[in-house]
Amino acid sequence: MTSSLGKDLTGLEHMTPEQIRLILDTAEPFKEVSERPIKKVPALRGKTIVNLFFEASTRTRISFEFAEKRLSADTVNVAASGSSVSKGETLVDTAKNLEAMRIDMVVIRHPSSGAAEFLGNRIASNVINAGDGKHEHPTQALLDLLTIRDKHGKIEGLKVCLVGDVLHSRVARSNIWGLSKLGAEVAVCGPWTLMPRGIEDLGVKVFSRIEEAIEWADVLNVLRLQLERMEKGFIPSLREYYRVFGVTPERLERAPRDITIMHPGPMNRGVEIDSRVADGPHSIILEQVTNGVAVRMAVLYLLAGGRAELADAAKRGGGGSE
Amino acid sequence: MSRALQRMAVEILELAHGTDDLVLIGIQRRGVELAERIARLIERDESVDVPRGALDITLYRDDLGTVGPNPVIGETRLPGDLTGKHAVIVDDVLYTGRTVRAALDELADFGRPKRISLAVLVDRGGRELPIQADVVGTAVKTSADDRVEVQVEELDGHDQVDIVR
Repeated sequence: MTSSLGKDLTGLEHMTPEQIRLILDTAEPFKEVSERPIKKVPALRGKTIVNLFFEASTRTRISFEFAEKRLSADTVNVAASGSSVSKGETLVDTAKNLEAMRIDMVVIRHPSSGAAEFLGNRIASNVINAGDGKHEHPTQALLDLLTIRDKHGKIEGLKVCLVGDVLHSRVARSNIWGLSKLGAEVAVCGPWTLMPRGIEDLGVKVFSRIEEAIEWADVLNVLRLQLERMEKGFIPSLREYYRVFGVTPERLERAPRDITIMHPGPMNRGVEIDSRVADGPHSIILEQVTNGVAVRMAVLYLLAGGRAELADAAKRGGGGSE
Repeated sequence: MSRALQRMAVEILELAHGTDDLVLIGIQRRGVELAERIARLIERDESVDVPRGALDITLYRDDLGTVGPNPVIGETRLPGDLTGKHAVIVDDVLYTGRTVRAALDELADFGRPKRISLAVLVDRGGRELPIQADVVGTAVKTSADDRVEVQVEELDGHDQVDIVR
């Protein structure tokens, strides 16, 4: 099965701006489905979807599951956390077993970069990347794009800065690809220990001081400081991180314009973001969560679609209304 | 077309015994415009507000597997709970009946109308399901190879019905 998105959604790096816009535009009508008294449409009735999570996740897994259920798909959740089997063997084995059970789609989260693509190349079912290592988290970036577009009415020309742990962030990587493709100016800001080497090669500005980023940006997407990083010596202490890089009302007050505040969650309040900012008037953090379901419904719907040649044949044959 | 719509408006009023629980629901896309026009005609003659809504049935189709996804999914917007209302579905062309089947399924998810009727501008025959219209603007005999194209001023710049053989 192929659609105009292809078989799988593994990342935004190799997608075209048109494909990204198609997903965002398709997500629009799906927002309304979640507002209905009966939050369900039969579009994916009879499809079987496996949510294969090799890594902890609350928001993303629940969001995918809601999206699947609101499209009437049958879902199975597999939490494979703690598996010590090596990546290659596990995935090939898992893939074969899943195929044998006649599933239609797999949503996969895995600690290894490239895992989703690896799986997609080995099974006929559609594969959707729900986060692979430090590589990509495409549906998170898509929901960020949709939420920015809702708030500002456009993406092109906006200045968006990703703040914090860019080094370990698949959200940052997918956002950089997606935002750039849709014509936004992208910057990153954080301690140099948490900046990937060669980040400028992706065409992004780099700010070493949060004050500079606030001066420049229309939108701040504040990344989660992954607390486990602190033990590895990337930052001296949480308190110091908050003091130097925390997004606080005092800092935002000095901005030349109102800055839209985003966070992919889960938040460390009082570390990378102050509660007064997270709950403040310019925060669209909960809108991001709402849009997550709509974006994932759009992705599932578009990937599940029938064969392109049949679609053309149907257009030639019937056409018009019925 | 305006004469046909005027006649449809009158027939809908008779069918519903007035405007008391009447709700007009247009099917995306041209059904929405036609429902809007019929509603305005009724409002002009009766001096009352007629609630109207729009329904996109794409997600209720039974042929996603064969025609592929339709990326242009229109807006679905209903004027509140339909329970106890007389809902009149409005569409431009009635053909196989599959669109109406999908619309009936979708409406059921928005409440329990006391009655659902169907009003179409063109009935071209060729039904594949046991569905018929209550109000018909015009009926034409067509074969499966024909195409019936309805154009409305709001979307196409002018009103016109073409049968392309």
